[in-house]
Amino acid sequence: MTEVLQSTPDREELILNMGPHHPSTHGVLRFIVHTDGEIMRKAVPDVGYLHRGLEKIAELQTYPGYMPFTDRINYLEVMFTNMAYATAVEKLLGTEVPPRAEVLRVLVCELNRIASHQITLGCITMDLGAFTPFVHLLRERERINDLMEALCGNRLTFNYMRIGGVSQDVPDEWLKQLEAFLDHFEPVIDEFDSLISYNEILIKRMGEVAVICAEDAVGFGLVGPNLRASGVDWDVRRDLPYGAYPQMDFQVPVGMGEKGTVGDCFDRFIIRVEEMRQSCKILRQCLANLPEGDIKAKVPKMPRPPKGEVYSCVEGARGELGVYLISDGTPKPYRLKWRTGSFAGLSIIEHISRGLMIADLVAVIATLDVIAPEMDR
Amino acid sequence: MTTASKEICKKLADKLGVVLDFREEAGDPWALIPAERWKQACLTARDEPELSFNFLRSLCGVDRPDDGVIEVVAHLFSYQHRHALVIHTNTDRSASRLESVSSVWPAAIWHERETFDLFGVDFTGNPDLRRILLPEDWVGHPLLKDYEEPDSYRGIPTTRPGYEKKKFGPQLKKPAPKKPAPKVEKKPEGGEAPKGTAGSAEQK
Repeated sequence: MTEVLQSTPDREELILNMGPHHPSTHGVLRFIVHTDGEIMRKAVPDVGYLHRGLEKIAELQTYPGYMPFTDRINYLEVMFTNMAYATAVEKLLGTEVPPRAEVLRVLVCELNRIASHQITLGCITMDLGAFTPFVHLLRERERINDLMEALCGNRLTFNYMRIGGVSQDVPDEWLKQLEAFLDHFEPVIDEFDSLISYNEILIKRMGEVAVICAEDAVGFGLVGPNLRASGVDWDVRRDLPYGAYPQMDFQVPVGMGEKGTVGDCFDRFIIRVEEMRQSCKILRQCLANLPEGDIKAKVPKMPRPPKGEVYSCVEGARGELGVYLISDGTPKPYRLKWRTGSFAGLSIIEHISRGLMIADLVAVIATLDVIAPEMDR
Repeated sequence: MTTASKEICKKLADKLGVVLDFREEAGDPWALIPAERWKQACLTARDEPELSFNFLRSLCGVDRPDDGVIEVVAHLFSYQHRHALVIHTNTDRSASRLESVSSVWPAAIWHERETFDLFGVDFTGNPDLRRILLPEDWVGHPLLKDYEEPDSYRGIPTTRPGYEKKKFGPQLKKPAPKKPAPKVEKKPEGGEAPKGTAGSAEQK
């Protein structure tokens, strides 16, 4: 292996271009792959194709006016980006969110987490060559999209949360539909496990591939499922509780090295399956304990948070999603910075790609769950 | 939270042997590190067993044209002790330069690239300091408060013909008074006179 990785006059390096329009790059994202035969010397990510200047836009908008823009950070994590931004402004304003709104926020976030993991798991299997699981999971996600549409009128860009609460209350009928969905979906996860998760081909493609040790994972700032797959038992929902999460009872799955070593692609895959189960569990608790009351605290129409700065984070589907917000006392943010899981996830690829097979790069990108718009902002 | 941050900050100051400026406003408190001690402070924060900040949450820039500085802000977190720290440092706005902390946390490589791209801060010692989000031949650093978007990029205009260019930067603090009525009347004139070529091309 070391012989292959060293550049000598008789072993020339071939540079391949993967992307920006490649089916497995999940958005517009490019890799410059330095190869020697089938083995990569390194894969250098080239990002920025989807840069829309969302941090600059924040400086031009009022605080409530920026809320629809947060939907565009990541089209799979909309509730989390909404919530991260809303909690940041609330912390500066010192707003207390009513209990019903807190539980509703948890409810939609967990529903969003299931939808996001469905896409991720579907994409992993599709990138590894199995098309059917993707279609199965997309069918299930369609039901979540329908629920979201019934709740807030949008299928992807929900714009559901507001500073101080949420925009709409849930009708009782909707809660019944959600319960029906959970009754239907929980057995589907077991079915997915038996059909796909432990499929021999998938295990061969993911087990022992691209192992990330805990030290690297922490050093490169990996968060969420990617960090937990490397054996670091950390979840913002449990360890730095926010919103209604302290009332919820759930387990945090951690990578066990079930089909190889702790921190391999299979761990990153199977953790997301288990997280969907835990999300269903949290959703059932939300349904059972939904308090009555207001859904939005009284917040001025044009809030002017006091001078200061705040860092607020939530556990998104891709891990810690942070907002760093600076207020100068005017109705517009002075500076806003997004800290996203995909940015860290992609930055580690150059480090771990050394010595991998070219075909495994697809598995690495897919299991790290890199979403291009979230990274480029 | 505040008292805990203050204690952590005091521990860091003791190890460094300097007095740190500790600021408390609304939200999170933070400590100001002198720019020349930046890397040393980060190393101490990571390696001191009482601090052990092993997770660099984020590193970003903040432009303060009124003070003539670009702040660099790092959010640190320790999984072991479950505590957080926010540290700032000031760099000169005209020649913004800071020692890189990429050898302390590898995550800093990309965060510093982003700060370089959007603010123009030169991190000495970063192994891969290139633009990350914008094209390599882009002119200017967009998150600076006095940034003005170039009129074109590689011959492609950044504004559509007939549209007014959007103002960024310091103009925003006091937006120009709106003149809706004369604007509508002026529109056909404005389309013809200054942008003759674009207008005629459209008419054809």
